[in-house]
Amino acid sequence: MLLSIGLPLIIEKLVLIVVVVMSSLVIAMYATFAERKVAAIMQDRRGPNRAGPFGLLQPLADGLKLFFKEEIIPNLSSKFLFILGPCLAMLTAMMTGAVIPWGDKVHFFGRDISLQIADVNIGILYVFGVVSMGVYGIMIGSWASNNKFSLMGGLRAASQIISYELAMGIALIALLMTTGTLSLKEIVQQQQEHWYSWNIIKQPLGFLIFLICAFAECNRTPFDLPEAENELIGGYHTEYSSMKLGFFLFAEYINMFLSSSVMVSLFFGGYDIPFVNDASLAESIGTNWVALIHAGVFLFKAACFLFLFMWVRWTIPRFRYDQLMNLGWKILIPLALINMLATGAFILLQQNNWHF
Amino acid sequence: MQALTNRAQQVERKPMSLLERAYLPAIFRGMAITFGHMFKKRPTINYPEVTRPFSPVFRGLHILNRDEEGRENCTACGLCAVACPAEAITMEAAERSAGEEKLYREEKYAAKYEINMLRCIFCGLCEEACPKDAIYLSETFAPANFQRKGFIYGKDDLLIPHPITEPEAHAKAKGGRVSLK
Repeated sequence: MLLSIGLPLIIEKLVLIVVVVMSSLVIAMYATFAERKVAAIMQDRRGPNRAGPFGLLQPLADGLKLFFKEEIIPNLSSKFLFILGPCLAMLTAMMTGAVIPWGDKVHFFGRDISLQIADVNIGILYVFGVVSMGVYGIMIGSWASNNKFSLMGGLRAASQIISYELAMGIALIALLMTTGTLSLKEIVQQQQEHWYSWNIIKQPLGFLIFLICAFAECNRTPFDLPEAENELIGGYHTEYSSMKLGFFLFAEYINMFLSSSVMVSLFFGGYDIPFVNDASLAESIGTNWVALIHAGVFLFKAACFLFLFMWVRWTIPRFRYDQLMNLGWKILIPLALINMLATGAFILLQQNNWHF
Repeated sequence: MQALTNRAQQVERKPMSLLERAYLPAIFRGMAITFGHMFKKRPTINYPEVTRPFSPVFRGLHILNRDEEGRENCTACGLCAVACPAEAITMEAAERSAGEEKLYREEKYAAKYEINMLRCIFCGLCEEACPKDAIYLSETFAPANFQRKGFIYGKDDLLIPHPITEPEAHAKAKGGRVSLK
């Protein structure tokens, strides 16, 4: 089994990769559109409605605009790193999608095809590793611009992401103690039985900490200090133009979508359809249709999270930098530690049949 | 220090309670407010498709009126040009020759009638000065133009369409307010 990598498997995985990459790009495109629409309706405006029906072609117009803009590389910048920055940001943003189970499996050409690119047994660790890499894109890009404001933005991004990653990791440890596995697929499968087997019920505090840290990791309001436009112009992408700027902006939305997906798989049952017994549903309408519904349910849950990201952005003002650091180090990390200790104590007591 | 008005209020500086320091209740309240705004009526009007109705006293572009037989009312008396505070109106008078009775109502008519829309302040004094009901301010406004000379409106821009040969265009230009005598 270990070495049975045949041509069909490679083709199957390649198709899956292309589909996942394309769909996360399209979803990120329409997330930019949704962001503008959500902002508009929350501020009693109408939002973009001129390009195509309901303005649905607006993201295409925005993308075309970015492509046609002049590409400027500052004279005194470090050119290789300047180009590497946005590439790295985009690359790391896309890589997270590899371990997320988008659905259970489909049955085509006599083969069971898992709707997950790679079911690695350290899935969630891989996600953490890739997300931590994401800060390099921002740091390299900001440093290579040779601009004080960019550098400030990059420094802020780096220290913010590193600070919040700690709390995020500790919150996750508590979750992993209850699941007992690092594989995202198994975590999702454990949550399939009932809606109350979703991890949000077991780890509400852990979820809250994870959510707050996810906002910080994605550089979203109220933690968008790296690109605080009224103090740092554009932050780390001040010097960027054309599609390199587009890559940075796009990477933010892809990150948003993928962190929503991670939260859905970790805490909200992944592709689980609430109140429905999936096994009996699969018997009545066939595996492939169930897989389609699963993927739809997953995307719906992720879309709800995307909406939450936007909703929060258009509600809450930005933190001050010392408040940000206070929240991260003095509140979230102790809370996450307490959550972890409480979870550990609970599990030990449970294993000991509630005797001290 | 004595307060100048009775509106001054003491700022409350007592330390925040634990619930207030947790921020989350306040954040949820804020999010409820923004969520509520999603269902509010939006005041925006989709401009080119929908237009706001003009007020009944709106003073827009001028039109030169015709009577119900389609003859021009203007006799080039010059009272509008005299009344105009911005000196936007110029005209040249001519005498009606035989056979032109269907074109002009009186024996004298304006051969040239120009209003410089860059000078005009749309005060409506020309409308009030006119003894022949010949000039009215309509419900439209001057569209943008690339050149200055595009804003000097001659007779062909100002004259209302013929009421008999082009009744629909005439009714549209007439709007709801211009009375024809």
